[in-house]
Amino acid sequence: MCLGIPGQVVEFVDPEHHIAKADVSGVRRNVNVGLLSEGSEAVDVGDWVLIHVGFAMSKIDEQEATATRQFLETLGEPYEEELAELKGSQIE
Amino acid sequence: MRFVDEFRSGDVARQIAERIAGLVEPGRHYKVMEVCGGHTHAIYKHGVEDLLPPEIELVHGPGCPVCVIPMGRQDDAIAIAERPEVIFTTFGDMVRVPASHGSLLDAKARGADVRMVYSPLDALKIARENPDRQVVFFAIGFETTTPSTALTLLRARAEGIRNFSLFANHVTIIPAIRAILDSPDLRLDGFIGPGHVSTVIGLRPYRFIARDYDKPVAVSGFEPLDVLQGVYMVMRQLASGRNEVENQYTRVVREEGNPRALRAIAETMELRTSFEWRGLGFISQSALKLRDEFADWDAEVRYELPGVRVADPKACQCGEVLKGVIKPWECKVFGTACTPDRPIGTCMVSSEGACAAYYNYGRFARRRGREAEIAGLEPVVREPASA
Repeated sequence: MCLGIPGQVVEFVDPEHHIAKADVSGVRRNVNVGLLSEGSEAVDVGDWVLIHVGFAMSKIDEQEATATRQFLETLGEPYEEELAELKGSQIE
Repeated sequence: MRFVDEFRSGDVARQIAERIAGLVEPGRHYKVMEVCGGHTHAIYKHGVEDLLPPEIELVHGPGCPVCVIPMGRQDDAIAIAERPEVIFTTFGDMVRVPASHGSLLDAKARGADVRMVYSPLDALKIARENPDRQVVFFAIGFETTTPSTALTLLRARAEGIRNFSLFANHVTIIPAIRAILDSPDLRLDGFIGPGHVSTVIGLRPYRFIARDYDKPVAVSGFEPLDVLQGVYMVMRQLASGRNEVENQYTRVVREEGNPRALRAIAETMELRTSFEWRGLGFISQSALKLRDEFADWDAEVRYELPGVRVADPKACQCGEVLKGVIKPWECKVFGTACTPDRPIGTCMVSSEGACAAYYNYGRFARRRGREAEIAGLEPVVREPASA
């Protein structure tokens, strides 16, 4: 439930509503990046972020993203469930 | 702050474990609470306890958002879900939580329109697509999740989506920690602070623990090595008589948190006078409700709710587990009448609940040898960093 899963911002879909497309382990879905819209935290295409319930919650570097993904994969089912739920998401 | 990734993590785990053991005062027993359910999960999954000297006990805290919602609120949720005009949307974690008359899944089987969503924004989309229905989102979670609800609400208002409302059950971690510190049942030596909650609230809210209760805090990440490093930071403080809030998770947590997220919460929600937590009872100013100006989107305003306080099932000691007073396996029904397939209490439902985590991993990890556990640690490693 409190899992933050790493994804890479690949494009802005609806800048007005802070909606961007993120790639999470090969799954591409829309997420809200409105919490990362100010100052040094503002996200850009190519940035890695931790995503929680469809919202990017913090910017991380690529190394951290890789390490986190590897760790989440060791968790097995909780991460697979999270990915399955993300796949079902249709944020606009 | 740069990280050191070159070490094999097993070696580093051993090194940290040795440094922790070197800080133990002979004859002293240490109780360190990991506040967050994500930590609890990682600790059991990776057998972190096996790496610690026997003098150090990890006590599992209340930071499992599914676990702390009391039965009465779950009954209220089901009462909303059973209204014929309602599409009730919820995170998957909540659908199996037992209430007085079954779970949300049971309500769905009886005909209620209960839909699992990944994000509150998915719930909002369902509202857009079903203008003739009322879509209610079961908003739960600590500060990690609250900003998502807040932004969804602001979007609903901006778009004028009127058939959408929130059943708000957002809780705040600090009053729960204070309640535990004030509880006579438990003497703690320090805290492993939650990682993702702290990305939102930052480090400042924990300072009272060091200042008023003289206890060290290390906000930590979720990998086993993060937790080990967090324990090391707490032990290092104890050994040198310091009480501070340190940040092990600097790669994600900023000292000031996320100001944008905090503003979104403050704009849309305010503290409730009091809120009931499973196990911890009523805690003042420990949860959030929607501000009056958002009453049109507030399911508690829109619908008449039973609002009855319901005691936990007698056999279930989830409350004691949430307070860290007993371990999961000390509950009488653990693993017998109460299992993840047929849970009696919330701690067995959520994967972040201490009972489910111990049931799924801990009891097997205990059987494995210490060396096997060390070798099983895989993630990339960084040096611990002070705030």
